[in-house]
Amino acid sequence: MSSYLELGARQRIPHIFDADTFEEFLPPSARVVSPHLAQLDAPVSFDDGVIVGRGRLGGQPVFGAAQEGGFMGGAVGEVHGAKLVGMLQRAVSEHAHAVLLLLESGGVRLHEANAGLIAVSEVMRAMLDVRAAGIPVVVAVGGANGCFGGMGIAARCANTVIMSEEGRLAMSGPEVIETAHGVEEFDARDRALVWRTTGGKHRYLLGDCQLLVADDTEAFRAAAIGAIAAAHESGAALTLAALQAEHDMLARRLRDFGDAGDPLDIWARLGVPDPNAVPMLEADAFLALAATHRAGPGAGGQ
Amino acid sequence: MEWQTLAGQLFPDGHAITEQDHFLSGSAQAGGQTVAIIGTTGHAPIGIEIALAQAGAVLRTVQQHPGRPILILVDTQGQRLRHRDEMLGINSYMAHLGKCIDFARRQGHRVIGLVYDQALSGGFITSGLIADACFALPQATIRVMGLPAMARITKVPEERLTELARENPVFAPGPINYLRMGGLQAIWEQDLAAALLAALAETDAQDRRMALGAERGGRQLAQAVAQRVAQGEWQGAGQGAGQGAGQGAGQGAGQGAGQGAGQGAGQETVQAMAQGGAPAVTQTVPQTAGTGGDVRPA
Repeated sequence: MSSYLELGARQRIPHIFDADTFEEFLPPSARVVSPHLAQLDAPVSFDDGVIVGRGRLGGQPVFGAAQEGGFMGGAVGEVHGAKLVGMLQRAVSEHAHAVLLLLESGGVRLHEANAGLIAVSEVMRAMLDVRAAGIPVVVAVGGANGCFGGMGIAARCANTVIMSEEGRLAMSGPEVIETAHGVEEFDARDRALVWRTTGGKHRYLLGDCQLLVADDTEAFRAAAIGAIAAAHESGAALTLAALQAEHDMLARRLRDFGDAGDPLDIWARLGVPDPNAVPMLEADAFLALAATHRAGPGAGGQ
Repeated sequence: MEWQTLAGQLFPDGHAITEQDHFLSGSAQAGGQTVAIIGTTGHAPIGIEIALAQAGAVLRTVQQHPGRPILILVDTQGQRLRHRDEMLGINSYMAHLGKCIDFARRQGHRVIGLVYDQALSGGFITSGLIADACFALPQATIRVMGLPAMARITKVPEERLTELARENPVFAPGPINYLRMGGLQAIWEQDLAAALLAALAETDAQDRRMALGAERGGRQLAQAVAQRVAQGEWQGAGQGAGQGAGQGAGQGAGQGAGQGAGQGAGQETVQAMAQGGAPAVTQTVPQTAGTGGDVRPA
């Protein structure tokens, strides 16, 4: 067993993909760096914080990417975004079996503000191009920087989101909200609250992630292989029926939990007998509990 | 600009657009065809309700009016910054809206975005930026965040950012910069009705923003990088450069050798600069102190 959380992006890839199969596109040796950071006296990275390429997963040709949380929080700049888009385009042209994105990102890289914003939207469109080609897109979120901002939106454009309980998936970070509306609105230092609000268990109970695994690279790998097979089974492309089902799920969520003040209230309304105990449960025990208490049918990926 | 004034100029043949809680919907006549309208007004923060309402309007258009063009009218201060929205999964609501628009596009609906007032950050990503093509009025405001807040988060002095913003479209707000970077197809200066008709006639489902950004000089690397990745063109130039620098990163060609260069730089810097920057829950990682992107000065 090896912790997914504690690994860097480059270390995660050989644990997740079949051994010695991953070929990186535009590797650090190509020396393509951000054109914007130098003028701000910010250091650059020769991979601009993301590794893209193709390998095998369970023997199948799977394209992939891993964002490096250790470089600017995995945030998306011009080059970082373009690498993701190029890889996604190539996945389509080479008829990949699937795309697996190991996301860890704060969203738009503010040092490249406008370029980063456009880039994230290009990544979203490119992900949906992949799905429209019948190729499943699976996202894993289990890094310490979480998956926030525009990449939190992009994650939910995938067929399946796999999280560990340590993973966090949301849009605006707690500190952004605290800065805007005060500590009464969201106390960013309250780790337990931050975790309850954005962490893997809450996301799983609500239906924002479809698979929850222990913080273990092998568990992520197995889940990804399973998710890809399932997406091929059900069809990777968006359908009206699936979007309508997602619409109903989100409308139901708003109706049932719109006045809840804390995730604990939501868990109680879902019938969880002892909501306060949820944070302490190991993955297996949690999944057993969640099996009967997750929000609605079809709390799944669309 | 008030949406009523805008609608009058866009649709001299008439429209049936209504506003409810800052959400705009309805239809309008443009050059003999009916266009579906969805959008927001009053610089609305995009929370889960308004994202869902817009998605619903798109789905209804797809179901009831196959092929009808969709015009998204954008006026937003960005995503709503509330604990409740995050707890309920605002990113899922935003993604749902984006997927509905993308689905409409693939079903043959032309989707045009128009920033007629403000467009910020998360509110823009799943509206104008996911349309087939996005346009703006000259007086529109488009940005990720204000320079003072950006200075606070990036730790780059505001004077320096202000200076850079004069020449570099990446840092400065405004439609002209987004035009140069390819994020906008064009700016509609006058005769909005004619501009809309031309856009409906000329737009297709292809995402051309990178190519436009390269042509117009506002984003000089994106297109080239995406192409090199997509077509596998890097071996020649890359190897030489890598060996010259001799840092290990050069030779491994990505087989795990990149650490030296790639990660080392990061470790020194991470001060969280990202849009959503959140505190790391565990302490095993380089800190992400970020206050995050969408902080606006009060």
